[in-house]
Amino acid sequence: MLVPGGALLVFLALPPLSLLLSTDVSQLFAALSHPLVGPALRLSAFTTLVSLALVVLLGTPLAWLLAQARSKPVRALETLAQLPIVMPPAVAGIALLFAFGRRGLLSGVVYPRGQSVAFTTLAVIMAETFVSAPFFVQAALSAFRRIDPGLLLVARSLGASPLRIFVRVAVPLALPGLAGGAALSWARSLGEFGATLMFAGNLAGKTQTLPLAIYTALESDLPAAQALSVLLMGFAFVLLVVMRAALRRSGAES
Amino acid sequence: MPPRSNLLGWVRALVVGLALIVGASACDRGAPTVAPVSSLAPAAAPAAPTELVVFAAASLREPFQAIGEQLVNAHAGLRIAYNFAGSQELRTQLDNGAHADVFASADQANMAPLEKAGRVGAAMAFARNQLVIAVAPESATRIRALADLPLAQRIVIGAPEAPIGRYTETVLDNAQRAFGGQFRRAVDAHVVSRELNVKQVLAKVTLGEADAAIVYRSDAVAAKGKVVVVAIPPELNVDASYPIASVTGATNATLGRAFIELVRSPAGQTQLVQAGFLPAAPTFAGP
Repeated sequence: MLVPGGALLVFLALPPLSLLLSTDVSQLFAALSHPLVGPALRLSAFTTLVSLALVVLLGTPLAWLLAQARSKPVRALETLAQLPIVMPPAVAGIALLFAFGRRGLLSGVVYPRGQSVAFTTLAVIMAETFVSAPFFVQAALSAFRRIDPGLLLVARSLGASPLRIFVRVAVPLALPGLAGGAALSWARSLGEFGATLMFAGNLAGKTQTLPLAIYTALESDLPAAQALSVLLMGFAFVLLVVMRAALRRSGAES
Repeated sequence: MPPRSNLLGWVRALVVGLALIVGASACDRGAPTVAPVSSLAPAAAPAAPTELVVFAAASLREPFQAIGEQLVNAHAGLRIAYNFAGSQELRTQLDNGAHADVFASADQANMAPLEKAGRVGAAMAFARNQLVIAVAPESATRIRALADLPLAQRIVIGAPEAPIGRYTETVLDNAQRAFGGQFRRAVDAHVVSRELNVKQVLAKVTLGEADAAIVYRSDAVAAKGKVVVVAIPPELNVDASYPIASVTGATNATLGRAFIELVRSPAGQTQLVQAGFLPAAPTFAGP
């Protein structure tokens, strides 16, 4: 048990550790002044925060609705909302193009003439939202399902409206789970690469997010790619810690 | 709980799968001492198949596949595995120890450092290429010349890391000097993406997502019918020279050299010219 389990753990820990150990701090700061870094950092911060806001604002009501109903068609909808989790990112990119691209399904409806959202900053946000929302919805769904139905029943019997129950009872009770889901979804959208590359392109300051900058820099300036990787990994690690803490709390409270 | 026999079935499948993998990799290395389960091996297989690994610039996809086919026809049991990507990406992979027998780059800049480091043997120029504008059919009436490029709503070009991106920079700089005014700035304002290899640049036009893209002449030939080609005046164009070399420590050095020879032979040059390339040196074309 110990040997195979330990081997896997070492295998999982070794790459991030090597990345960290082969980067020294002065090199990190020098590389952060690389021209690709600043715009990518700002763009990633902006787009992932917008997509996080969208995911939370739209995903919480969706998860609540899905948690309420348990009929078969609703289960199917739930599967639909999970689909992007198992979709390869490149497939997501092509699918987004076929929906929202210039010759996409919606092209005649949405865009008057030759316009399209593809290859704009908005496309980056859409790609990030597409791949990260299911993670939040999933976490929110299980957080809502863990709420003691008795509490909701009491609220209803006291005359609270469905909206009031959602805002004043369900959301506060599910908050740790929602926070954990938000952290996971944020980490996923920060790391988004394939769908962005295909649907939004690769243009510094407009659509070149951190992962795309890492990919581009790898072919010209390895230290810059390394520094960005350390940065991204560090932030993802913080999100992971937040998520675990939040999920532990939600587990303890249910 | 799954029935026990089912579990046993899975275990058996796993063992057989592992045996197949071990057997297959043993075959690849030409080590007949570790014979795979005999019933699974083909009865009268000829010599173990050899695999030639060719790393080539994305723009070489069509002619190299055709040339490779000729080589395969001449060598029984030969298989060619291609890795087509931006030359800078292939160079990074070779730098990091990727296994290959042949490397063909779209520029000298990605070949020379490998040559200097001894990672590849002596490089030889084998073809030249020029740039053209690939225009989506919908925009063909608007964009008829390089000077019309700013009229494109959305332009896609190569990233400066990739050879196509650097060649494009040269052409746009030449055009700015020739046309003056706001040409370069107007073009830059309409660039929506900078892709890491030329086939990705081209794909944005064939998908209809971009109105115009700057690609190699050979890519425009490959996409015949899907894009409208607008020539770039020769005095503003570049002369992209493609070098090829065998990779140091290649497992199939002899076959690798045979591939390179075929590329440089009249038959190979014919394929390249058909694909829209120019012969290696102007002298090559004459009798």
